[in-house]
Amino acid sequence: MRAYWALLRGQARSQTSYRLSFGIDLVSNVWATALDVFTVFVLFAVTRTLGGLDLHEALVVTGMSACAFATGDMLVGNIERITLYVRTGRFDAVLVRPLPALPQLVLLDLPLHKLSRAAFGATVYLVALGAADIAWTPGRALLAVIAPVGGVVFFGAVFVVTASVAFWWTESGEFGNAFTYGGRDFTSYPVSVYSGWFRNAFAYGLGFAFVSYYPALALLGKPDPIGLPGWVGWIAPLVALPATGAAALIWRAGIRRYTSTGS
Amino acid sequence: MGAGFRRYSTYRQATVAGAFTNTVFGFLRCYVLLAVAAGAGTATVAGYDPARLATFVWFGQGLLAVVLLWGWTELADRIRTGDVVADLLRPVHPVTRYLATDLGRAGHAVVTRFVPPVLIGPLFFPFYVPHRWTTVPLFAVSVLLATVLCFGCRYLVNATGYWLLDIRGPMILWALVSGVLGGLYFPLRFLPDALVVPLWVLTPLPSLFQTPLDVLVEIDPTPRQLWLVVLQAAWVVLVLVLCRVVQRRAERRLVVQGG
Repeated sequence: MRAYWALLRGQARSQTSYRLSFGIDLVSNVWATALDVFTVFVLFAVTRTLGGLDLHEALVVTGMSACAFATGDMLVGNIERITLYVRTGRFDAVLVRPLPALPQLVLLDLPLHKLSRAAFGATVYLVALGAADIAWTPGRALLAVIAPVGGVVFFGAVFVVTASVAFWWTESGEFGNAFTYGGRDFTSYPVSVYSGWFRNAFAYGLGFAFVSYYPALALLGKPDPIGLPGWVGWIAPLVALPATGAAALIWRAGIRRYTSTGS
Repeated sequence: MGAGFRRYSTYRQATVAGAFTNTVFGFLRCYVLLAVAAGAGTATVAGYDPARLATFVWFGQGLLAVVLLWGWTELADRIRTGDVVADLLRPVHPVTRYLATDLGRAGHAVVTRFVPPVLIGPLFFPFYVPHRWTTVPLFAVSVLLATVLCFGCRYLVNATGYWLLDIRGPMILWALVSGVLGGLYFPLRFLPDALVVPLWVLTPLPSLFQTPLDVLVEIDPTPRQLWLVVLQAAWVVLVLVLCRVVQRRAERRLVVQGG
């Protein structure tokens, strides 16, 4: 534990030493999520409902997704730099240390400037919860807390899986973005706007529907136009468990495959 | 130009990954905009019917890598390392040289990044076929102008490196502004007219992305279409002149670090 703490402190010191750059990063990261939310407002300027939800209801979905993604991205997102480590062989340096590789990599690059975005995502979520017409019960309050936590874990798992692709496919480049940032875009809107095999693949095959849409429906007390029963929203955060399991398996398989670069 | 084409054709796997990602985002954006059209309950939203919206999204996903909104830091990197000196020694003006390479890159992107989403989109979504024969050549001209204009804007952003060395700030600002005000996240006509018209005339941003797509889906009658392209051309001239001015001023104060 002390070793992790030292890694984290070192990161904090080095990142905040360039104050202006750190400040610019803090501000600009908020903007990225702010634009996503702004887009939802623009879309609702030309329509009254989106996938059966009105603006206030849709914002609960968007807010939950923004909160989960921004936090997951801050905590685990930088794992995507593994492509660089694998290509250059610098991953060796991580493996020879007497600590597990994954937490090391996460702490080695922990982007503290993304704190601002996570805070902004949480604010959007809280405001959306306040503005939406929710009949609060203790159960709903609990779900409102657990659902974004499940989302954070889920997005963390997605980041680990897409980063692990680098072990097999070094030049995968933007490939992972389709599922990380694509997943963020997918979960920002009600799943009912999508259809066909694309919806089945992203929503149920990969599990993105359970990150924000079904928990939001349970909070709002609305039925699902796609036809899943009402209790699905209440157990939706559990999707983080199989996701984490799959991520752990794929990560381990990837590490075993890693053969460094040779000289 | 040939060098630019060949250079980018060596990154085959990254090209495949990029085209795949563009296609996934095509599905995401297309479904959302079509749901907006369905939710509005009218035949068109801001002038777009569903076929136009779908075509807008899919050609936009193809266009993204051709105009290359994001991810070009070559000039800034060379300024930081001092390699830019080699560019200044060449008999060709740096702006011209980089533009030629960029057009080669764009040519490669047309074949590898533009074609896949444009072919895949119509398989799953309605597709708007232009009715006027003039639209297709006008679209080609508009894409070319957008590419040159986007190059000019990227060059200017990179050239701030002559003064700042670290261009992360301008780069992030550019990435945010160009995406949303260029028309990538939603067609700009969704915004109120009082905002869109000044945006179009006073900034180059809609000319980067929105103009070629609007020309293609024939949202305006022919004269208006032509005017949009003329406006684009005016921005190209202005931005390229600005690039040369900035380059000249930068060369006067450039101090290359090194031992």
